[in-house]
Amino acid sequence: MADLSVTAGAMTGPRGQKPKRALSPTNIMLYGTLIVIAVYYLIPLYVMVVTSLKGMPEIRMGNIFSPPMEITFQPWVKAWSEACTGINCDGLSRGFMNSVYITVPSVIISIAIASVNGYALANWKFKGSEAFFTILILGAFIPFQVMIYPIAILLGSVGLFGSLTGLVLVHTIFGMPILTLLFRNYFSSMPEELFKAARVDGAGFWSIYFRIMLPMSMPIFVVAVILQVTGIWNDFLFGVIYSSNELYPMTVQLNNIVNSVQGVKEYNVNMAATLLTGLVPLIIYFISGKLFVRGIAAGAVKG
Amino acid sequence: MVNSIEVKDLTLTFGSVSVLKNMNLHVQEGEFIVLLGPSGCGKSTLLNCLAGLLDISDGQIFIKGKNVTWSEPSERGIGMVFQSYALYPQMTVRGNLSFGLKNAKVPQPEIDKRIARAAEILQIQPLLDRKPAALSGGQRQRVAIGRALVRDVDVFLFDEPLSNLDAKLRSELRVEIKRLHNQLGNTMVYVTHDQIEALTLADRIAVMKGGVIQQLAEPLEIYNRPSNLFVAGFIGSPSMNFLKGRTLDNGRAFQFGSTRIDLAGYEGGAVLERDDAILGVRPEHITVSTTPLAGPSLAAEVEIDENLGADSLLWLKAEGTTMSVRVPVEGRLPPGTKVHLGLDIPKASIFDAKSEQRI
Ligand SMILES: Nc1ncnc2c1ncn2[C@@H]1O[C@H](COP(=O)(O)OP(=O)(O)O)[C@@H](O)[C@H]1O
Ligand SMILES: [Mg+2]
Repeated sequence: MADLSVTAGAMTGPRGQKPKRALSPTNIMLYGTLIVIAVYYLIPLYVMVVTSLKGMPEIRMGNIFSPPMEITFQPWVKAWSEACTGINCDGLSRGFMNSVYITVPSVIISIAIASVNGYALANWKFKGSEAFFTILILGAFIPFQVMIYPIAILLGSVGLFGSLTGLVLVHTIFGMPILTLLFRNYFSSMPEELFKAARVDGAGFWSIYFRIMLPMSMPIFVVAVILQVTGIWNDFLFGVIYSSNELYPMTVQLNNIVNSVQGVKEYNVNMAATLLTGLVPLIIYFISGKLFVRGIAAGAVKG
Repeated sequence: MVNSIEVKDLTLTFGSVSVLKNMNLHVQEGEFIVLLGPSGCGKSTLLNCLAGLLDISDGQIFIKGKNVTWSEPSERGIGMVFQSYALYPQMTVRGNLSFGLKNAKVPQPEIDKRIARAAEILQIQPLLDRKPAALSGGQRQRVAIGRALVRDVDVFLFDEPLSNLDAKLRSELRVEIKRLHNQLGNTMVYVTHDQIEALTLADRIAVMKGGVIQQLAEPLEIYNRPSNLFVAGFIGSPSMNFLKGRTLDNGRAFQFGSTRIDLAGYEGGAVLERDDAILGVRPEHITVSTTPLAGPSLAAEVEIDENLGADSLLWLKAEGTTMSVRVPVEGRLPPGTKVHLGLDIPKASIFDAKSEQRI
């Protein structure tokens, strides 16, 4: 009797791969929420893009959601090379170059120093290295508004106030705590025996850093580059305080264009200018998004 | 005979915790020493001190008669093999083998020669141009051994080199390490928590506990005459049976519960009369019989029997104490059987329960 029922169940019962229902309530909830959130973030971007491609007359007609009837790139050209920021009328191009001159050295120098810091703190512990690390991390929690004025005086006293060099120095120093933490945690998560093996093999501080550690830590370098490029490129406060008119970074110039009081508000030019300013971080994210996530995950394994 | 490694009064503390305590160790040239002990007893720490990877707190270390206490790891004439293999992942096998030699500025022809020799000894020639990720665990460990080999050093340090391998590979590589030792004649210091590895590989075993060497002796000596309760219990699987009781008649007999065991033929020191003594007998030094025995024996009842394939293990209860006995498979008995256990007193150990030392 019992045998029979088991056999019957085996004939008709579930077998093989479990079927998946595409429109299950869970899926509807999940994808519904995701779509709503995506739309929420995409609509402003959409409005900016279409507005930047319209002429002023069309904008005055009022519907910000309607696609452009006649596509024009004039606002982009103007934003890049003609818009006025009070004194100059050469658009964002000058600010773009300034931002490049600020961001590139700041990113390279801060990452170079912080990675060596992190490596030393993770692998070459010395007396007081933990205390040093703690102090450095505390630095990340001090609100930097507190330091704005002292730094201005310091920069002034060494003759770097209002120069690109001064601004690069400020960015490098302010990036140090978080970057050092990032690198230290990453290097601490690497197998210690690898480091020991290299020492037995007669490799020294720099040799281990360049030959063993660097080749293994590309993901965390990508993370650091993204953090620094976006952070420094998007910086407004330090740029407006520690540089001067001719040397303003792109963000400050964007502000000056958008907020310039003379004449009519050219929404299309403002939108184009904003998009242009955001382009660099955006491109960085697109290129390295996957690496970014992988690096963050790797760095978070062990503290 | 020259001492290949000499450790004098070595002490190492991490903060306030002392991990190695006033340790002394002499290793002769060509000797295979195994550091054996439970996890956390300081084996790796001792090995790292020998290698110069840890700064010691006090004492001296000599390798080949040279005081290397303050020397860099690469200057000590040692090669080291790690549990996790620790191969440089971005380099090929050849790159891994040559890294240390290049750092030491060994000329290229010499590097090639040494790699070829190591590759031949370890049979890794076909792997030379592969990256570590493309190797199996056993192959990786061979390469790691090769990295120590090409350094052409007198002393090899192994830190649990086989612990990450599966059982079959482990026994294969164990034999290979033994063969390597016979072939090269280097001094080897080998850390493990696996007593089979220790017993099969070692010329001498240093059993460690709590940062102190408990006994340093040849494997058979450790097995047959453990110097204290810890060593006796740690070596052997299943563990030695410990019978708590007292000695009588000026050490001629042992009172275990209501049983009196004759100690004639015991090969230790003067047993004398002790109120707190422990008689240790290994499971393989006990015979089981269903009829009363003439020699020193003990009544017991079978609780469980485990078939191990080659032989079987009987777990019994005698005088309220659980005991294990190794018997041939034919000797298996059903639970509840009343039996007599014959004790091989010449192979037994008697410990003072207070000092835990062998008498
Ligand atoms: N860097 C360290 N700081 C503090 N304590 C340590 C450190 N390294 C090891 N220890 C301690 O030293 C003891 C011995 O460790 P180890 O030599 O690794 O043991 P094992 O015998 O398992 O190899 C352990 O109790 C461990 O907690
Ligand atoms: Mg260990």
